[in-house]
Amino acid sequence: MGFYQPAPYQKAAARLLLAALVALPFALEAAGQGFYIGLVSRIMIFALAATSLNLVLGFGGLFSLGHAAFFGAGAYASAILMAAGVGEAFVAWPAVMAAAGLLALAVGAISLRTRGVYFIMITLAFAQMVYYLFVSARAWGGDDGLPLAGRASLAGLGLGGDRAFYFVVLGCLALTLFGLGRLAQARFGRVVQAIRENEARMEALGYPVFRYRLACFALGGALAGLAGALLANLTGLASPSLLQWTQSGTLLVMVIIGGVGTLYGGVVGAVVLLLLEEALAGLTLHWHIGLGGLLLVIVLFAPRGIAALFGGRRG
Amino acid sequence: MAEPLLAVTGLSRAFGGVQALAGIDFSVDAGEIHALIGPNGAGKTTFIHHVSGALRPDAGSIRFAGADVTRRSMHQRVHAGIARSYQITNVFSRLSLVDNVALAVQGRRDSGTSFRFWRPAASEAGVFAEAAGYLRQVGLADLAARPAGELAHGEQRALELAMALATRPQLLLLDEPMAGTGPEEAERMVDLIEHLARHVTILLVEHDMDAVFRLADRISVLVGGRLVFTGEPEAVRRHPEVRRAYLGDGA
Ligand SMILES: Nc1ncnc2c1ncn2[C@@H]1O[C@H](COP(=O)(O)OP(=O)(O)O)[C@@H](O)[C@H]1O
Ligand SMILES: [Mg+2]
Repeated sequence: MGFYQPAPYQKAAARLLLAALVALPFALEAAGQGFYIGLVSRIMIFALAATSLNLVLGFGGLFSLGHAAFFGAGAYASAILMAAGVGEAFVAWPAVMAAAGLLALAVGAISLRTRGVYFIMITLAFAQMVYYLFVSARAWGGDDGLPLAGRASLAGLGLGGDRAFYFVVLGCLALTLFGLGRLAQARFGRVVQAIRENEARMEALGYPVFRYRLACFALGGALAGLAGALLANLTGLASPSLLQWTQSGTLLVMVIIGGVGTLYGGVVGAVVLLLLEEALAGLTLHWHIGLGGLLLVIVLFAPRGIAALFGGRRG
Repeated sequence: MAEPLLAVTGLSRAFGGVQALAGIDFSVDAGEIHALIGPNGAGKTTFIHHVSGALRPDAGSIRFAGADVTRRSMHQRVHAGIARSYQITNVFSRLSLVDNVALAVQGRRDSGTSFRFWRPAASEAGVFAEAAGYLRQVGLADLAARPAGELAHGEQRALELAMALATRPQLLLLDEPMAGTGPEEAERMVDLIEHLARHVTILLVEHDMDAVFRLADRISVLVGGRLVFTGEPEAVRRHPEVRRAYLGDGA
């Protein structure tokens, strides 16, 4: 893969999409379908989580099977802060991101010394440790998870309403995508992409490869933590299922079907997977089989992911 | 006499049962072209790997520019002034030539940190102008926008050299830069190395004996992981052990 470069029409398409997403809740409410606002918020949160994994996997070339640890830790951290009376998002969420980022820093500092299948296994092992840590902590709800007393507020404004919360999620996702698009073309982005291509050569050009990888891994963890905090606020619960390795797998599937190393791969993957799940679950009890079949079709006909079909050069 | 730029003492390294390097004492003086020759499997590439920092020795020490670098990582040695090219071409084949060299320029300590997340790297005109300059120096200016993977073999060797130069080394480690090139390309490479040698010290591993005798100020001969001889080119030609071990008695 070469360096990430946006497709020529990408900016215009992104603006159009943003405008549509701004109008969407009003349209849904007017049509009496306000219920769907929560569903779209949920999809955008997973889009953010998948995008954070795409930074690590697609741009950094790091096949982590433990990304759910940071996603789930973000959810728990926001619930713990809420229980401690920190309900202001401008305080709580940066703290959540810092906590998830530090956790990723610690996990990365050890796992990034390994390569290939060992890296996959060690990230999985760390994620399982985090999972058991939270599940076994009675104070944090054990198997039941940790409920949130209410939603966070933003600069004093309550986010209890679904529409207000929707716009906060949309803002987080849009800012992340914009920032990631910048990052991918800035020095740092070029360095991690070049390391993905040939780490020994980068070392021989004078780059401290480990440090750049670690920064990429930690940044991905921090963003996953933010997604986790948003999800906990949406559903009112920090659930241990967010920490399970299957959750890491789901995020990986989203990135892979959406497009590894594309800016919008995580978004496309989250939308496709969650909508399919929603649609198929309504049709049949055996929706997992149908989903598996559809994924097979996607992988066969769009092996580089759906987003790559639209011409945006892969990162 | 001044301390040599590179001073290797007692360098040893075994791979399993194979003693690839056995107590090598070796030095490169500032300003010279020092050629390292020897039959296949003698340990030349392994030696380069140790000087560049890609591998760690079992014993021995490496001093560079007056400092002990034995324990330093590869990227630290690059920043100290040691650059290398690879025997097997090792470039970013999906990136353009100018991007390849720009990465080398950007990696230099005087180019500042690469922990920059916002400004598009492509807008850094200075970096790209400098990269274009190195491409010109090795004769690849016209191909700057092409993906490196599309180049002919000899052109990729030249690109390797441009990337190494872009790190602004004091010592250039060249591992068989003529390997696999045609006679014309080899000729151009010799001219290029001769030209570069005015500004940078070179440790040259090479099989092409015409090139070695044309370029080298001193020649060292490595056989089976042991350094059997170091001296002026003329002395190497005459040395009986070298003739037997390497050049063949007819040479
Ligand atoms: N990574 C390695 N693992 C095991 N043996 C190696 C390794 N690298 C080199 N060798 C062995 O060390 C010896 C020297 O190899 P090398 O340095 O490539 O020789 P040259 O470059 O002079 O042809 C050879 O016997 C080779 O098989
Ligand atoms: Mg060799």
